[in-house]
Amino acid sequence: MSSLRDPRPPIYGLMAEFPSADALIAAAHQVHEAGFQKVDAYTPFPIEAVSEALDLPRSKMPIIVLIGGLLGGLGGYMLQFWSQVIRYPMNIGGRPVHSWPAFIVPTFECTILGASLAAVVGMILINGLPLPYHPVFNVPRFALASRDRFFLVIEAIDPKFDPDATRSFLAGLNASEVSEVDH
Amino acid sequence: MATLEKTGLPAHPAKPYVPPIVGPGHTAGTVTDKIADVILRKNTPKWWLLGFAAAFSLLMVFLTAVTWLFVKGVGIWGVNWPIGWGFAIINFVWWIGIGHAGTLISAILLLFRQEWRTSINRFAEAMTLFAVACAGMFPVLHLGRPWLFYWLLPYPNTMTLWPQFRSPLIWDVFAVTTYATVSAMFWFVGLVPDLATMRDRAKNKAAKLLYGMGALGWRGSARHWHNYETAYLLLAGLSTPLVLSVHTVVSFDFSIGIVPGWHATIFPPYFVAGAIYAGFAMVLLLAIPLRVGFGWKDFITDRHLENMGKVMLGTGLIVFYGYIIELFFSWYSANTYETFMARNRVFGPYWAFWWALIFCNGFTPQLLWFRRIRTSPLWLFLISLVVSVGMWLERFVIVVTSLTRDFLPSSWGLYKGTIWDWATFFGTLGLFSTLFFLFIRILPAISIFEMRTMVPGGEAGDEITEVV
Repeated sequence: MSSLRDPRPPIYGLMAEFPSADALIAAAHQVHEAGFQKVDAYTPFPIEAVSEALDLPRSKMPIIVLIGGLLGGLGGYMLQFWSQVIRYPMNIGGRPVHSWPAFIVPTFECTILGASLAAVVGMILINGLPLPYHPVFNVPRFALASRDRFFLVIEAIDPKFDPDATRSFLAGLNASEVSEVDH
Repeated sequence: MATLEKTGLPAHPAKPYVPPIVGPGHTAGTVTDKIADVILRKNTPKWWLLGFAAAFSLLMVFLTAVTWLFVKGVGIWGVNWPIGWGFAIINFVWWIGIGHAGTLISAILLLFRQEWRTSINRFAEAMTLFAVACAGMFPVLHLGRPWLFYWLLPYPNTMTLWPQFRSPLIWDVFAVTTYATVSAMFWFVGLVPDLATMRDRAKNKAAKLLYGMGALGWRGSARHWHNYETAYLLLAGLSTPLVLSVHTVVSFDFSIGIVPGWHATIFPPYFVAGAIYAGFAMVLLLAIPLRVGFGWKDFITDRHLENMGKVMLGTGLIVFYGYIIELFFSWYSANTYETFMARNRVFGPYWAFWWALIFCNGFTPQLLWFRRIRTSPLWLFLISLVVSVGMWLERFVIVVTSLTRDFLPSSWGLYKGTIWDWATFFGTLGLFSTLFFLFIRILPAISIFEMRTMVPGGEAGDEITEVV
């Protein structure tokens, strides 16, 4: 009954395991060329060549960090301007209340703080984390993705996905193992 | 080219031998096992238990000192007119300086592609965090009413008061709180993939759950790494000016004032160099026992120790230059008060502190010119101890000799710390080492995922093996 109600395909996708980064990079190129869209690679350390092979779009992080930094800096300066010039002006020997050189240090620190917060919170959220559950963890050998093994997953919702054809395609890419990923 | 051939010299001299960052024979798997297994094993090593017991006892000294401070007030300390700044500011500057090496290693050396930093950045960052925590104790405790520390922050309040943003002390609040926040975030971001490794390896259910919560569900996806690497690089780029600004702002606490010996333009660069100098000394003090205790000589190799020795030598020379130029300026300024201050430093009541400082920070690091000494863990450890003492003396000399003898002889006085001053200072050493012992027991003290890139098969590892 549940299969009638569940609109999802019967499995999450197919996972291929590779013993080395080079094998994964070569496989990622072929998978991308074969026209698969819903593909992701899992590696124990960052590999630029994999992102290139999968043709990932440019990261949005720089613009997020820029906005964070601008907001932090502007906010810091406005805070000082408002509190020292408007809300609580102090006349000390007739010196100008808008003493901007003295405001540089807190403005700088607020810029860095805003940009760093944007970088960290932005990176976590843009990656869809924190995420308590993900289907890839259903494959027991996937625990090695955080040690020294390299994985590639083609999701079943990919328009070109076909349970048997995709499986033999992955097996032909020098994968040491191909396994089904349950939901 | 022709002339070169005639000389018989090779046109392309062979590259000098560079020892590898990771010992031979390691793979991504063995690196992971070796770093993670020291945490996940059941029986805690004896040296850890002994060290933790000692550290925890010192922490209790700190709690006692702080409790008595809360009962009696800052009168239990040696501060009084004219020396309103005593141990609290000395220790604050000392600790915050130590913290700088962690950020230098994790951010600046990353931007300069100094790949050897990978073995030491994680625990150096932890050191930064704990040092900043110790540093933060002093400004808060010396307030007299420490429970009102939040008055330093700008927030709408019923008194309609705002902090004085033209004061270096408020700049300090902004610099140090930003530094603590950014260092903590940088450290955590670096930890996330390693926490995922710990989650996948832990057998114990509770450990699996706790590491899993910290890992945020990290699964090493290429899309994630893509954003992660960009964010990490940007954080490094942001931390670099930040770390330079922090000790600059700390030096403003002094140099914006007009007290002789403080009002000097050389203070910011000389403070920053001193901070890195003291910080590397502390990294060495931690790294040398750590690599023995955990058997990590393959990861924290002699090359790492030697490089740190070189950084110490370089920054030590800048610091020594600072001492000399301070004396020069006091003479060149032809200012009575500055000249008197310099003479008073060298020959006045605190002469022994100044000469000890020159011995510790001026002469001792000269030993590091010798390769033999730079590659000897025992020598490096001893030199680092001497340098740590020297950097404490430097702050003592700056703070105390200037305040005890200012413009009017009627306001002269002498200063010494009381037993509670010393108890608080040694107590923070306990706080620091307790936190550090806990850290190395429950979290990977070397960045595992970055070490995986350093072995053959990793991105940087291939290049490195070619060089070797």
